[in-house]
Amino acid sequence: MNITLRINGKEQSIECQPGEMLTEVLRRAGHLEVKKGCDTGNCGACTVLLDDKPVLSCSYLAVRAEGREITTIQGLADEAKQFAAFLTAEGADQCGFCAPGFALTVLSMKKEFFHTPSEAEIRHYLAGNLCRCSGYEGQIRAIKKYLEADHA
Amino acid sequence: MRNDHIPASPSTDTPLEATKRFNVVAHDVPKVDGEGLVLGRPAYTDDLVPPNALYVKLVRSPHAFARILSIDPSEALALPGVACVLTWKDCPRIPITRAGQGNPEPSPHDRFILDQYVRYVGDEVAVVAAETEALAEKAASLVKVEYEVLKPVLDFEKAIDNPTVIHPEPEIHEMFPIGFEPKRNIAAAYHMEIGDVEKELAASPVRVETTVHTQAQQHVALEPHAAFSYIDLHGRLVIVTSTQNPWHTRRLLGLAFQMPLRKIRIVKPRIGGGFGGKQHIHVEPYVAMVTMKTGRPARLALTRREVFEATFTRHEMRVKVRLGANPDGMLQAIDMQVLSNPGAYGEHALTTFMVAGSKTLPLYNKVNAVRFGGHVVYTNKVSAGAFRGYGAIQGLTGLEATMDELAHKLGIDPVELRRKNMLHEGETSEVFRIMGEGTEGVAMNIESCKLEECIARGKRLIGWDPEHLVREVAPGVLRAKGMAIAMQGSGIPLIDMGSARIEFQDGGFFKLHVGATDLGTGSDTILAQIAAEELGVDLEDIVVHSSDTDHTPFDVGAYASSTTYVSGSAVLKAARSLKAKLIAAVADKFGVAPEDIVYEHKTFRTADGTRSLSLNDFSYDTLYHDGAKMKTIEATESFSGEKSPPPYLAAFVEIELDTETGKVNVVHYVAVADVGTPINPNLAKIQIEGGLLQGIGLALYEDVRYSEAGHMLSHSMMTYPIPSREDVGRITVELVDSYEPSGPFGAKSAGEIGIDTPPAAIANAIRNATGIRLTEYPFTPERVLAALKAAKAQ
Repeated sequence: MNITLRINGKEQSIECQPGEMLTEVLRRAGHLEVKKGCDTGNCGACTVLLDDKPVLSCSYLAVRAEGREITTIQGLADEAKQFAAFLTAEGADQCGFCAPGFALTVLSMKKEFFHTPSEAEIRHYLAGNLCRCSGYEGQIRAIKKYLEADHA
Repeated sequence: MRNDHIPASPSTDTPLEATKRFNVVAHDVPKVDGEGLVLGRPAYTDDLVPPNALYVKLVRSPHAFARILSIDPSEALALPGVACVLTWKDCPRIPITRAGQGNPEPSPHDRFILDQYVRYVGDEVAVVAAETEALAEKAASLVKVEYEVLKPVLDFEKAIDNPTVIHPEPEIHEMFPIGFEPKRNIAAAYHMEIGDVEKELAASPVRVETTVHTQAQQHVALEPHAAFSYIDLHGRLVIVTSTQNPWHTRRLLGLAFQMPLRKIRIVKPRIGGGFGGKQHIHVEPYVAMVTMKTGRPARLALTRREVFEATFTRHEMRVKVRLGANPDGMLQAIDMQVLSNPGAYGEHALTTFMVAGSKTLPLYNKVNAVRFGGHVVYTNKVSAGAFRGYGAIQGLTGLEATMDELAHKLGIDPVELRRKNMLHEGETSEVFRIMGEGTEGVAMNIESCKLEECIARGKRLIGWDPEHLVREVAPGVLRAKGMAIAMQGSGIPLIDMGSARIEFQDGGFFKLHVGATDLGTGSDTILAQIAAEELGVDLEDIVVHSSDTDHTPFDVGAYASSTTYVSGSAVLKAARSLKAKLIAAVADKFGVAPEDIVYEHKTFRTADGTRSLSLNDFSYDTLYHDGAKMKTIEATESFSGEKSPPPYLAAFVEIELDTETGKVNVVHYVAVADVGTPINPNLAKIQIEGGLLQGIGLALYEDVRYSEAGHMLSHSMMTYPIPSREDVGRITVELVDSYEPSGPFGAKSAGEIGIDTPPAAIANAIRNATGIRLTEYPFTPERVLAALKAAKAQ
């Protein structure tokens, strides 16, 4: 069957199997920025925004996303570039496989908080985005500097 | 970890002397590929697959040990869109190893791409290819396999001379003597002794003994193993794969399929993490078989479950350490005996086991006698392979636990005990000469070792006071400190070789081609930094292309902490040689001697100042303007280390232990390291921070668990949790100034050293908190609580 998804502001008609998860469908539609890390909703690499809220696309039925606004990191490329500058300045991008999903969650956090989140709040908000390379410290340094720069 | 208890970073941010000395090296430049990766541009293997590729799925063994009686693919093949089903009958009967190592490999050739026997749950049985992924999955489920189920060996303590012989096949062999005795389930064995250990131990007034058992661990690189293959215009087999070692992969596939190596090309795009887990051939043979059979492109990306069940883990080891010392704490003898579990096949069997001794025992080089030995024994568990730390973490866990036991027995500060006995600059250890990786070692004097500085700064950062290593912060909640020191290596001397080619381009920039394999560490960036520094240009003037067996020069690959030191030295040599060629060419153009040319700020000028020419202008001259003198100016150089200078690290940890629940949290982990000149301090620091967290994971959380029948129970990221952002308090990493004369711009390695200390340091902190020596890893709340209860009952 075919479903119509609105991805980064553009409608796309995409072939989809019943029961298929959003990650697969998005990747097949050419959205290779959505990464497949764990298949079980644990690692956060497949994070996309659905109506501006982060969801794990590997555990989200593609058909349920019909009629909703899907945003991948490519849809927020300008903001993502700004954050990437901070992340790479710390060397915390490392292998980069978790980065698109992780960066989306950071951007979403920035929008969601009315105040600059504390380190504990940052860690909690991003707890579902796992990284095996960095040990997280460098990412935390980057996020803090990014938020500080933005709120200055 | 309670989030309100994250300590502030005490980081002193002491600037490095090296940063002042260099222009590009020892500076924190962003990774060259960073922005593209964050933006999610197609970069990894599975992003780059050609559109018409067949999907490959593997039929895997449901049994820990079985003989395949029959395979019936007829139902699968009857499905429209199924291209082929391949079995052991389609593979040449050639034993190989899946370990990406030098030639000849120190791992036994005890594996067939597909075999009539399966030796762990998840072992490959058949290869299925179809037009869609869903169809390939369906077809794989329809392949009917009849097994004769055999009794597996699951406990490595019972493997030697077990009635079950895991490898009865006659064709398998070792490449050179490694103590291979498959009829006894022994994959490898080794023994060495310097001096008379038993005599020295008997004569030592103080003796301690500790046995630790470190578990298997999963790499959990975020990108699952992936490969695709196709036949190119010239009929050659091209494999694009997430590998850490393109050349070893090419060589092993050539052997497995009896193909000339000239018919194979291996390309490594970006890799989503490796940690040693991609130093093996896990996916390449299967896509290759499909492409060779069908002529079609073929793709395979493992599911996370397959990565857990059917790629490699860390070697489980039992490490027994005995120490003899004088009452003043001077060590007299060290004995380390190891039993290692490589699982069903012997990849990296001998070498990980030897590194347990060779990269730990030299730390305490003042002993009269030292002995190392043991066995590596087959079991019907998933194979173990290379994993960051590579035996050193296991050996060190035993050694550093026992050192602390000695400190307790003598009643002295564990820091002082180590300082009294440890290796210093200008010294050596006999162990370097005797123990290599599978072979004899290479004698080496230590030209850079700043362990004293690492310890002094680490003590300051954690607030080390040997009189107050434990305090109760709430009823039943203890805060305690512990420590450990570590060393690693920088490549395998006289075995690892890397090469680099640098070519001058119009526009005045340089192409840097390296065989070295960036697996997310940033090695492309640091190699470009080395080239830029030596060529006197900016980092942007270096365009890097790496890891393609057709288009880049040879490199053994990214492992054994080798890239900065070995491949980096090759880049430095090539840059030096290219600079000399550029100067000679300009001298020739000006009609002066090369000594009369001064090159600085991207400009050549004659010493008398009469003529000058920019690098940019010269690039057009040499390629377009200079008639008969026109030429491509390039240099290719190789490097193989004559030594393997160890990086060092001093670690101090503060833990919180809840005696009611048994839960142990890391509040603060301080590591101060000597990695020589860090080519990119940020990237070196991140390597260590990431390594520490992986080591903390091993110490506290991560465990590869099996059912009694040998099915892996921890086969998802749900059941095998890796540390999250909320699990650990603060990690503080600092680098001390150090300069390794044999390394590029003074550099040593940084990739592995970070992982080595956490299991020992955390165990030592728990010992300081409770008086209990925990030896069974990981230290889960259940285990800690049981130990506390047992201690109370006594």
